[in-house]
Amino acid sequence: MNVNQQTPMASPYGQPQPGYGQPSYATLGGGYPDPYGPYNGPSTAYQPGAPPQGYSPYASFPSKAVAEIPVSDLSSPLDLGSARGPPTSAPPPVSTPQAYSHYTHGDTQNGPPPMNHPMAQPAHRPPVSQPYSQSAMNLSGPQSSYPQQYGAVPPMQQMTNQMSGMQISSGPPTSAGLGYAPRPSSQPLISNTYLAAAPPSYTQAPPPVSAAPSQPPPPSEPAAPQPYYGGHPALQQQQPFPSSAPLQSQPFPLSAPYSGPPPSSQPQTPPVSQQQSFPPGPPSQQPFPNSASLPGPPPVSYADPHPTQQPFPPRGPPPTSQTGSFPPTSSPPAQYLGPQPPSQPGPPPYLSGPPPRGPMPPSSMSQQQANHLPPGSMQQPPQPGMQGGYPPQQNGAFGQPRGPQPGYGGPQYPMQQNYGAAPAPAPPPPAQKRLDPDSIPSPQASELPAVQKSRHRIDPDAIPSPIQVIEDDRANKSSEPFTTGVRGQAPPLVTTTFQVKDQGNASPRFIRCTAYNMPCTADMAKQSQVPLAAVIKPLATLPPDECPPYMVDHGEGGPIRCNRCKAYMCPYMQFIEGGRRFQCGFCSCVTEVPPHYFQHLDHTGKRVDCYDRPELSLGSYEFVATVDYCKNNKLPQPPSFVFFIDVSYNAVKSGMVNIVCQELKTLLDYLPRENPEVDSAVRVGFVTYNKVLHFYNVKSSLAQPQMMVVSDVSDMFLPLLDGFLVNVNDSRMVIESLLDQIPEMFADTRETETVFGPVIQAGLEALKAADCAGKLFVFHSSLPIAEAPGKLKNREDKKLVGTDKEKALFQPQSGFYSNLSKECVAQGCCVDLFLFPNQYIDVATLAVVPVSTGGSVYKYTYFQAETDRERFLNDLRRDVQKPMGFDAVMRVRTSTGIRATDFFGSFFMSNTTDVELAGLDCDKTVTVEFRHDDKLSEETGALMQCAVLYTSCSGQRRLRVHNMAVNCCSQLADLYRNCETDTIISFFSKYAYRSILNTPTKTVRDTLVNQCAQILACYRKNCASPSSAGQLILPECMKLLPVYLNCVLKSDVLLPGADVSLDDRAYLRQLVSCMDVSESHVFFYPRLLPLVKLDGGSLPMAVRNSEERLSKGGVYILETGLHLFLWVGANAQQELLSNIFGTPTFSQIDPNMTNLPDLDNPFSKRLREIIDSFRSQRSRYMKLMVVKQEDKTELIFKHFLCEDKSASGGASYVDFLCHMHKEIRQLLS
Amino acid sequence: MATYQEFIQQNEDRDGVRFSWNLWPSSRLEATRLVVPVSCLFTPLKERPDLPPVQYEPVLCSRANCKAVLNPLCQVDFRAKIWACNFCFQRNPFPPSYAGISDVNQPAELMPQFSTIEYIVQRGPPTPLIFLYVVDTCLEEEDLQALRESLQMSLSLLPPNALVGLITFGRMVQVHELSCEGIAKSYVFRGTKELSAKQIQEMLGLMKPAASGPQGRPVAPQDPSATCRFLQPVHKVDMNLTDLLGELQRDPWPVPQGKRPLRSTGIAMSIAVGLLEGTYPNTGARVMLFTGGPPTQGPGMVVGDELKTPIRSWHDITKDNARHLKKATKYYEALASRAAVNGHSIDIYACALDQTGLLEMKCLSNLTGGHISMGDSFNTSLFKQTFQRVFSKDYNGDFRMAFGGTLEVKTSRELKVSGAIGPCVSLNAKGPCVSENELGVGGTTQWKICGLSPSTTLALYFEVVNQHNAPIPQGGRGAIQFVTQYQHSNTQKRIRVTTIARNWADAQSQIQHIESSFDQEASAVIMARLGVFRAESEDGPDVLRWLDRQLIRLFMFHLRRSPFLQVFNNSPDECSYYRHHFVRQDLTQSLIMIQPILYSYSFHGPPEPVLLDSGSILPDRILLMDTFFQLVIYHGETIAQWRKAGYQEQPEYENFKHLLVAPLDDAQEILQNRFPMPRYIDTEHGGSQARFLLSKVNPSQTHNNLYAWGQETGAPILTDDVSLQVFMDHLKKLAVSSAA
Repeated sequence: MNVNQQTPMASPYGQPQPGYGQPSYATLGGGYPDPYGPYNGPSTAYQPGAPPQGYSPYASFPSKAVAEIPVSDLSSPLDLGSARGPPTSAPPPVSTPQAYSHYTHGDTQNGPPPMNHPMAQPAHRPPVSQPYSQSAMNLSGPQSSYPQQYGAVPPMQQMTNQMSGMQISSGPPTSAGLGYAPRPSSQPLISNTYLAAAPPSYTQAPPPVSAAPSQPPPPSEPAAPQPYYGGHPALQQQQPFPSSAPLQSQPFPLSAPYSGPPPSSQPQTPPVSQQQSFPPGPPSQQPFPNSASLPGPPPVSYADPHPTQQPFPPRGPPPTSQTGSFPPTSSPPAQYLGPQPPSQPGPPPYLSGPPPRGPMPPSSMSQQQANHLPPGSMQQPPQPGMQGGYPPQQNGAFGQPRGPQPGYGGPQYPMQQNYGAAPAPAPPPPAQKRLDPDSIPSPQASELPAVQKSRHRIDPDAIPSPIQVIEDDRANKSSEPFTTGVRGQAPPLVTTTFQVKDQGNASPRFIRCTAYNMPCTADMAKQSQVPLAAVIKPLATLPPDECPPYMVDHGEGGPIRCNRCKAYMCPYMQFIEGGRRFQCGFCSCVTEVPPHYFQHLDHTGKRVDCYDRPELSLGSYEFVATVDYCKNNKLPQPPSFVFFIDVSYNAVKSGMVNIVCQELKTLLDYLPRENPEVDSAVRVGFVTYNKVLHFYNVKSSLAQPQMMVVSDVSDMFLPLLDGFLVNVNDSRMVIESLLDQIPEMFADTRETETVFGPVIQAGLEALKAADCAGKLFVFHSSLPIAEAPGKLKNREDKKLVGTDKEKALFQPQSGFYSNLSKECVAQGCCVDLFLFPNQYIDVATLAVVPVSTGGSVYKYTYFQAETDRERFLNDLRRDVQKPMGFDAVMRVRTSTGIRATDFFGSFFMSNTTDVELAGLDCDKTVTVEFRHDDKLSEETGALMQCAVLYTSCSGQRRLRVHNMAVNCCSQLADLYRNCETDTIISFFSKYAYRSILNTPTKTVRDTLVNQCAQILACYRKNCASPSSAGQLILPECMKLLPVYLNCVLKSDVLLPGADVSLDDRAYLRQLVSCMDVSESHVFFYPRLLPLVKLDGGSLPMAVRNSEERLSKGGVYILETGLHLFLWVGANAQQELLSNIFGTPTFSQIDPNMTNLPDLDNPFSKRLREIIDSFRSQRSRYMKLMVVKQEDKTELIFKHFLCEDKSASGGASYVDFLCHMHKEIRQLLS
Repeated sequence: MATYQEFIQQNEDRDGVRFSWNLWPSSRLEATRLVVPVSCLFTPLKERPDLPPVQYEPVLCSRANCKAVLNPLCQVDFRAKIWACNFCFQRNPFPPSYAGISDVNQPAELMPQFSTIEYIVQRGPPTPLIFLYVVDTCLEEEDLQALRESLQMSLSLLPPNALVGLITFGRMVQVHELSCEGIAKSYVFRGTKELSAKQIQEMLGLMKPAASGPQGRPVAPQDPSATCRFLQPVHKVDMNLTDLLGELQRDPWPVPQGKRPLRSTGIAMSIAVGLLEGTYPNTGARVMLFTGGPPTQGPGMVVGDELKTPIRSWHDITKDNARHLKKATKYYEALASRAAVNGHSIDIYACALDQTGLLEMKCLSNLTGGHISMGDSFNTSLFKQTFQRVFSKDYNGDFRMAFGGTLEVKTSRELKVSGAIGPCVSLNAKGPCVSENELGVGGTTQWKICGLSPSTTLALYFEVVNQHNAPIPQGGRGAIQFVTQYQHSNTQKRIRVTTIARNWADAQSQIQHIESSFDQEASAVIMARLGVFRAESEDGPDVLRWLDRQLIRLFMFHLRRSPFLQVFNNSPDECSYYRHHFVRQDLTQSLIMIQPILYSYSFHGPPEPVLLDSGSILPDRILLMDTFFQLVIYHGETIAQWRKAGYQEQPEYENFKHLLVAPLDDAQEILQNRFPMPRYIDTEHGGSQARFLLSKVNPSQTHNNLYAWGQETGAPILTDDVSLQVFMDHLKKLAVSSAA
């Protein structure tokens, strides 16, 4: 499999490469990621020609080179590395990552590889933390490293290629690959392609040499990278590399010709060398100077490319290894230079390649170029490189990270030369292999068995790395505010911390789209299979430095709206006729402006008061709703909270009742309010229940609360009115007395049966009687088997799991709760459910009401007061206090041409357009899928307006409006350039999780795989430059799609292990349905941080979720949004353990602790700070679980290492990538 | 020999029995010709301070279908230690404990003066009395406050070991748990949903979860703590309950304009009945319902909550327009039967200006021997005194109430039992002495009387079955034995046995004797009861016609005009109330009800009874009328003017003051003993309340004939009713013509 994904165009490269980048990065050196940024710059530089080199040096480089030769694909293939790298590199200079990622990069990379290499390498290497220095030392050395890399690389690439038939680098890269071959080794996958491509490219390389000039730019990048490198833990990078290297080598064995062994060592080294070379390069490289000066900035601008590149930097490690070899390489550089030229020729091809890409991603290209522009001169060269390099880039995709290397390219080129040299030894085989890659298909078949064996050998570092992408994005996009004024601009990733400036479109905190460039026609959309959806979080909490939506009051007449489609006044309304009318941007209908709203227009046709009115200038704002927007035309009452506490035996025994009652006493002071100085208007009521319900009269005039037992649960009613819902302050004494007495009263209860349906009914009746909306907090412990409406039976049957009947287990047992939830929604009664089960409790059925009413479900299986108290209380506190709206209706209006057709989340729909939410809190998202019902126009783009009518916690009726405009495109390439994988995955998971209600789980999984395969195949077919079928080419912005998709497929819901209960699956199923993108992202791909030096304000860089990444001597922290683990390696240093646990001995660590001891040392403090910050980021409190290596609890922990094979049969990342590739190839053939 | 009057009086004092005939016609034919059946008024628990109960079990006839109790009429062979049953002639040996019996050493039950004797028997553990308050909370605050106080006061009147329970209702029904500390706990039921007894017990947590095991193992004994949650000894929960009553709130549910409050009386009663049924079956218990309005929702609803729909009137009932009447009546009858089966009696204390649905609910009390009290408000002395009087005590310091009574009647062969009329239900005990002709509640020899007071009186009807051609030997006597088993208010189980005998007389030869043995008063009441009984089930006019055909006596004129039969001017509720009391009071009271007593006070002489006639209303008299339900003091025109002028304050007119005070004192005396407390009215000539008097007196002078009489005396009555004079004239004419 050719892992190399050829991103369609540069863009893919830039982005995808990142993933690949890792691998490539590895080769590149730890610093690369950052360097990538620079690389991008370099890439531009590469474009000039240098890029190719850069690529080649890195595994990606080769690939790039290959890519160049092969086609633009190469660049794209590597999407990850090459594509990104190149593009980034190229763009980096410019600043716009996209550009980098785009063809140019790839091209540049490919073509430039050599060029780039020199260029980029230098840049990168500098970045490479440790290695860099060394490399820097080696400057000359780097080159030598390259050769090594080549040697090493090839194997890698080959391996990959052979393995799955996946050519990380596209076949095309082969051309360049030959030359690159060596690189491949370093950048396994890439290298493969590269190898193949490189050789040719190398030959071409010479031209690249010309590119070399471009290299100068890289230098600047390198400079940038360097800083990064510094920043980046070189170690990490290094580590991956080594491992990756070997891995690659293994897989490659098939490619053996490449010389497996060399790859490992070489690959690593090469990067280093490159890096090393880079440093020198940078300085030398003129263009880079800019970047150099910009080191920091460039990344930003490079953002896209960087991400990819960043991973590379981490590879710093390789450098280490390389270092040794590097020295030689350093000399090689010179050689490279020589070689580079040949490679350059490659680049030229790339350049030519780029052009082709140009068509594809023209825009992007142009952008990239534009970005590159600064490097301007550089760019041009890169382009040539691009053309030639495209293929390489594609190859680079994997190696693309190398793409970024383009920058490296400069240095790399020399490297490439080295490669040339190195290649010489290794190359030959690589070349063959690469050649093969194209033909790989055949090998694949035969390989298959081998593949399996060999799969292991695919270098995990050579495949797209989420970490790399995340880091690149963070590096590039976190420093400048994201302004929403530009239509169709993809926001930074959810993992990146950034500030948003609302300039007319809703902040990504409110709305994230799967695609920011929608296809104009339904045909295109169908062809691409890319889902068009928006994940909307209407009441999202904004960080303190961003202003919450302004409140607009249009007076008695209410908000001004379009006469026809009823869209609310927004920036998309066009005022005409001197301001007397406005034309609706959604339906084009012309509406009179009411006199009180009239305002003159200025010479540009804008209203003079445009910037004084939020609704004319901002993407998000709120209207004060008039009485017309209220139920029964009556202004609403403030909402009420009713607490329902299960007091059956289990609930009491677990300590839950006691805890809840204690907590409520203080918690009631923190009911939501809008003005912190005023008492909350929310009234409260209390009910306890087992198989009967106990209502409490807590009227302020009573000396003691009164309990009213309702045992007629078959026909629920509210036994009292006055005194049930009370103001907390008025009745404080009575309430406290009540909360004190509840635990005592039921301390000796022997009642084990509970009811549930009547509980909800009671709350509903209470709210009805009080004529208000509100929320029910239900604390429930067991399956409701008592005779009552909504009685459930235990239907857990493990035997059904995996069968066609499994879906029934996700459906509610009866229609009772569905009907009940309808009534709840009609009343604005939101239900939050806290479950404390000791056995099967049928979450699938119990959650129906919460899910339909916009509520939340919390589950604390085997709840124990000592260990779970904190988690539960934090959840409860947050749940009670969080801002929310009641009795809400949400409607999404869109411009003509598309239509919101499907909705996912926690809500109820009585018709096809209105999303009714009894409650809507700040953590809930609604995912909306759009479909075409007509054509869209590229000029107007696609508009959507999400309006949420709700009652605030003080009883005010409001309308919150979010507007969002995205671009439309008639070229598929544009679509693929502006997608957001995280959002797509979020959508897919929600879609799949809903599908299992009606479809066998296996079918759902297959459908998912199939759709993704189609997406990628469509890209390959329509956007990527032609390349070997054996090459896996991924769009830059979707290069993580496979790894994330695999995580979704392996999730407990879709592929349960034997120890996963039906309840857990049902629970997760509904949880995911209303997660926002950042939650779903970390849920599917947990964050794994090594706990090394924790000084400073930044977090250590994450590592990939694989057991291989864990060092026995380390301590790691892993968070999923729901779980938090602290993994302690068996050989962890005593000092580390002392700092964390206060005990130096591994065996003395208490695995049952849920909080770290409060130790007075900086490390402990910082660690606890980090844990606290993790917890505060998530809507649910995460209990800390300490996992000791080789302890039995480690199994649980390993479950979250989602790149590994899972116990339940889920594929490892590598295996799945192979599988994916196969699917794509089938589709293509 | 004493006169019949003395004999009758003596019998009544000793046995509480008054027969219509004290000589019985010896054949069926003759008996039929007498029109008034052989019948009696029997007061089972007539107070007998001179009758010490004996502490042993009665001796029963060994014949299975007889089981008559050894009595003074039995023939005893002291030597053989054998006695012969005077009903079935079975010869029975005395039990061993009677071994010492002899001519001179006779047990009490054989002595003639012990024709009524009371046994105290040991049957099972003594069970405490139970009082379950069922309180309506849909009251005006003032009423509720008064009621609260009355209830709190009542707690002090209960014996400490009595169990009390509290159910309140309005829109919902709340059963209050009394044993809990700290937090007042109650079980709430929706007022619209009918629940079976089993459901109620389940919902109250009174069922043992495991008790329903299919293995049919013996049901575990009631968990005392479970039952006690709702019914607690007074001494334990005195404070709790006082507080609880003090905190009793008005029903909090808003009552929209134009609506009646929603009152779930039906469900409240069903829960009360169900609760007792499940916890204390066959134990003396008193459910006391305090209501301030008609049931407006759920089963047993009497009227909807729309104020624009008035509560049913006689007119509606006649026109069959009372939507809820039949359903509600049926519902309450079913409840009453259940309560009766378990020996629980139900009181109704209804205080409202409008009707409260007594018509529908009356059977609750009528069938279970409970009281009904009707007033305008809980904040009146009428209610307060009545309620207090429920807990009055006798000479022994025991409550004047008994529970779970069973009355069994045994007759000698020539007689059979036709039925009974009174606060009782049939136990459907068939036997040889059950007549095929039913009068009142018949077809049985046993009746259940759940609530008994010393004045509770039943009318029992008999049929002479002896054939004309099989004459009874001269001097033969017929005998009747009443066996009453009941739970005394001191929780003892007692059996009271009354055995009486009357001579048979041949109507042809001894018609004079028979005639002289006629007890006019008793007969009047007995026949009136029959009339009322029929009125309950038949149309008014038919009953009147029946009555006219049956009897023509002076008092009948008043009876015809009484609210017992005449519904004009009385609401259905009032009629129910009056009838309720009529069928249970003893003879004296009943007579007052039929023909009110009018006393006149004047300077002309000592107070004297005067004719209940409009002619008696004179300006210089003060009249005191006692109708049993009302006590009216009427000041004549002149007297009233004097009083207004304040002469009584002047020492020289002290005699006038005495005149004014005299009727008040007499009235007070009546008020103190009467149960229920009568409505006390002090009015004067021309006063609006004078209507109570004017509606009762014989309208000998009306606006039609006032001047024809040409006299100045009396007060004209504005009525179209005929006067007694006219009635009698008419009657005479009819009698003559029919005779001809």
